[in-house]
Amino acid sequence: MKGSKSRNVLPGFGLSLGFTLFYLSIIVLIPLAAVFFKTAELSWAEFWSTVTNARVVASYRVSFLTAFFAGLVNAVFGLLIAWVLVRYKFPGKKIIDSLVDLPFALPTAVAGIALTAIYAPNGWVGSLLAPLGVKVAYSPIGITIALIFIGLPFVVRTVQPVLQDMEKETEEAAVMLGAYRLRTFWKVILPELMPALLTGFALAFARGIGEYGSVVFISGNMPLKTEITPLLIMTKLEQYDYAGATAIALVMLVVSFLMLLVINLLQWRMNRRTVSD
Amino acid sequence: MAGAITVHTNEETSKRPQHINESALVRFVLIGIAMLFLGLVVLLPLASVFVEAFKKGVGVYIDSITEPDALSALKLTLIVALIAVPVNTIFGVAAAWAISKFRFRGKNILITLIDLPFAVSPVISGLIYVLLFGAQGFLGPWLDERGIQIIFAVPGIVLATVFVTVPFVARELIPLMQAQGVQEEEAAASLGAKGWQIFWKVTLPNIKWGLLYGVILCNARAMGEFGAVSVVSGHIRGETNTLPLHIEILYNEYQFSASFAVASLLVMLAVVTLIVKSIVEWKSAQQKPAAITE
Amino acid sequence: MKKITHVRSAIILLALVLVLAACGQGGNNAGNKATNKPANESSTTNATASEEPAKEEPKPPVELLNVSYDPTRELYVAFNEAFSKHWKAETGQEVTIKQSHGGSGKQGRAVIDGLKADVVTLALGYDIDAIVEPGLIQADWQSKFEHNSSPYTSTIVFLVRKGNPKGIKDWNDLTKEKVEVITPNPKTSGGARWNYLAAWGYALKQNGNDEAKAQEFVAELFKHVPVLDSGARGSTTTFVERGIGDVLLAWENEAFLSINELGPDKFEIVYPSLSILAEPPVAVVDKVVDDRGTREVAEAYLKYLYTEEGQEIAAKNYYRPISETVAAKYTEQFKSLELLTIDKDFGGWKEAQTKHFADGGIFDKIYTPGS
Repeated sequence: MKGSKSRNVLPGFGLSLGFTLFYLSIIVLIPLAAVFFKTAELSWAEFWSTVTNARVVASYRVSFLTAFFAGLVNAVFGLLIAWVLVRYKFPGKKIIDSLVDLPFALPTAVAGIALTAIYAPNGWVGSLLAPLGVKVAYSPIGITIALIFIGLPFVVRTVQPVLQDMEKETEEAAVMLGAYRLRTFWKVILPELMPALLTGFALAFARGIGEYGSVVFISGNMPLKTEITPLLIMTKLEQYDYAGATAIALVMLVVSFLMLLVINLLQWRMNRRTVSD
Repeated sequence: MAGAITVHTNEETSKRPQHINESALVRFVLIGIAMLFLGLVVLLPLASVFVEAFKKGVGVYIDSITEPDALSALKLTLIVALIAVPVNTIFGVAAAWAISKFRFRGKNILITLIDLPFAVSPVISGLIYVLLFGAQGFLGPWLDERGIQIIFAVPGIVLATVFVTVPFVARELIPLMQAQGVQEEEAAASLGAKGWQIFWKVTLPNIKWGLLYGVILCNARAMGEFGAVSVVSGHIRGETNTLPLHIEILYNEYQFSASFAVASLLVMLAVVTLIVKSIVEWKSAQQKPAAITE
Repeated sequence: MKKITHVRSAIILLALVLVLAACGQGGNNAGNKATNKPANESSTTNATASEEPAKEEPKPPVELLNVSYDPTRELYVAFNEAFSKHWKAETGQEVTIKQSHGGSGKQGRAVIDGLKADVVTLALGYDIDAIVEPGLIQADWQSKFEHNSSPYTSTIVFLVRKGNPKGIKDWNDLTKEKVEVITPNPKTSGGARWNYLAAWGYALKQNGNDEAKAQEFVAELFKHVPVLDSGARGSTTTFVERGIGDVLLAWENEAFLSINELGPDKFEIVYPSLSILAEPPVAVVDKVVDDRGTREVAEAYLKYLYTEEGQEIAAKNYYRPISETVAAKYTEQFKSLELLTIDKDFGGWKEAQTKHFADGGIFDKIYTPGS
């Protein structure tokens, strides 16, 4: 990697990139590489049978589906919240804006305990839903709610700045041309927001797949039904099966990495398009 | 712009022409839905934390946050944040400088790697340090011979926290600095300014609010991290328990009120930092017109 | 220019902090070792000296780390205090005992991975056997202390809601229609393995040792479990605080504790016709005590569990004492019932573990029928 042509006027490339790479290697890459090395202790057949075991596969399904739905809900409501925060003025807006960051700060275990207390059949909300036959805590819905809590800031904080910077002219032009407001939204605003929205969704999704602390309390941990993949990693560890645990961890790592890579490539393409404009 | 969490400037967008704004009714409904959703998903759990915390009265609340184990957990949490946050801040600035001011191949992969800790399960974040530094790990025997303890001690907790909070500052700064471009820095360079001068006099003033916001989020996460720290802590009372772990212990001892009391302490720490952020933003908005008149 | 030096010094400072973070503990340990060395030497000289009772010099204060499982917190808080007093009176040495609690398997793993525990007091022998493997504990640990190195025992009982509205008397009542059973996950919780094995033993006995029938019964039982928490305390919270389930399968000591702590008027204990003798074992972690020079005090600590006072404290914390004189005082509290044992009825932990709880074992099969 070398600074290519132009932009060589500025100093510090070597130092900053060198430090970045060094730091990332020490803190992120080398530790993560340990997962690969540990998994390499397994033969291919052992690895395959570990990561395709029926319970493990069921846990992928639980983790992916709940994270996916939580991501979707967050995409819709996160967009709405960002929209309201950027475009409207109303009392208490600052507080609402700060509230969005709180899921980052609250320890996940506390979030899990608090959500379980609220959505359990004898909790504030759970007791309202129980007579209707809706079971939230100890079901996939409960997991989804915990993941919505965890992922919300990702979507809002990704969409918000883009919405703010969005060229008012495009929008204005569309209105001048007589497009209806709703159509303006669908045809002009949404396409422009799409990359940010996708990024937010994908980050919330990726975070959701790996989430552990908040989910174990509310999920009920029923094998095949509400058992999440990170819990299975913990289960393997409790049985002193390090290689098995890292094998599953490896699958999750690769998925997360690919997902993030796709997002970043997507964004890079969007940036290039705007640059070439 | 790429960015998990990106600074939001204070430009009021409400000055847009009337005909672009939605009708009052639509606005009202949208705000209502947004508030309802936030209330249900974020505010309600927070409220329940406080209600539980004060269930047994203020006395129990104060006792539980001033008890020695709680205080030592608080101390450890602050120490960990005090190391993790500055380290990641320096990293974030360096990474953002390299990524936003220069072109090089593999940039996407680099950004993806910086993002990775966001997406890695906390369980795995802890596990990797056990695999590396554990007594049965790759470096364990070597460390053991020299009497260096990393996991189940403060360094391991710091490392796990640093790992989890790597992306926050960098992710905040990268889009911001990309948007600002390099013109100002190049102008300064052509006037003969040296590297650090450029950074200190030109870049830093431009990014300081974004930087601050990144630091605040990084700090909040560093103090609140549970999963990864739980794996490497060893749970020794009064020694390697951070606040989130102390909360879990109290909860497991059926001291529900005490555990929520300590949790509320963390919430309040977060709220205070967020209030500071709002004040800072508000001040920066006030400074802007002043800067123009200068 | 001033600012430039400012930045440089900041960076140097940061580098220092990093290095310190990495080495700080190392320094600490070195410090510990330095202070422990004399303790070590004096303890070896004392060991010879104590054979012929002589006046001992008061030794420097010593610290022990007891790594234990979840339900023993209250027991060891009380016991540690008693032992400190006893040790101070006996030898004049100050001893502080640090506690670490968590799931039994998780704690065992932490010790294997380098948590410097002087003694371990875990839920099952299997977890201590796991620590034997990397050579931290000698293989014959179970013969080091009396009674298979289990200074107290417990058993598995049913905790039901007051008045026992579902009329639960024995294991076969658990599989009745509309009965919900709360137990933690046997794969992650030591206590849950005792639950499971007790149920299995009951079914075997009822069905004339027919294993297929026993498996059927256990499978049916777990169909009545709506929430599988990862640890015993999690299950208790689910049952007590969340109000889920009709019966909680719990350690006898946990059942007593939750009644006392959480609501004497809300729950009662039901003893089934047959249960299992749970023997939570203790062991000295040989490698650690030899490195730290704490063997003498660590062994005395565990031995003290067997004394009258130790047994009394165990009984007060609802663990069944093994000392007959102490047990006699508590016959009211601990109902006698028929108990299976892990060694006689299940061929020891190793066998039970592979057969029932390992991946692909019977417990996995009852959840994944086709496999």
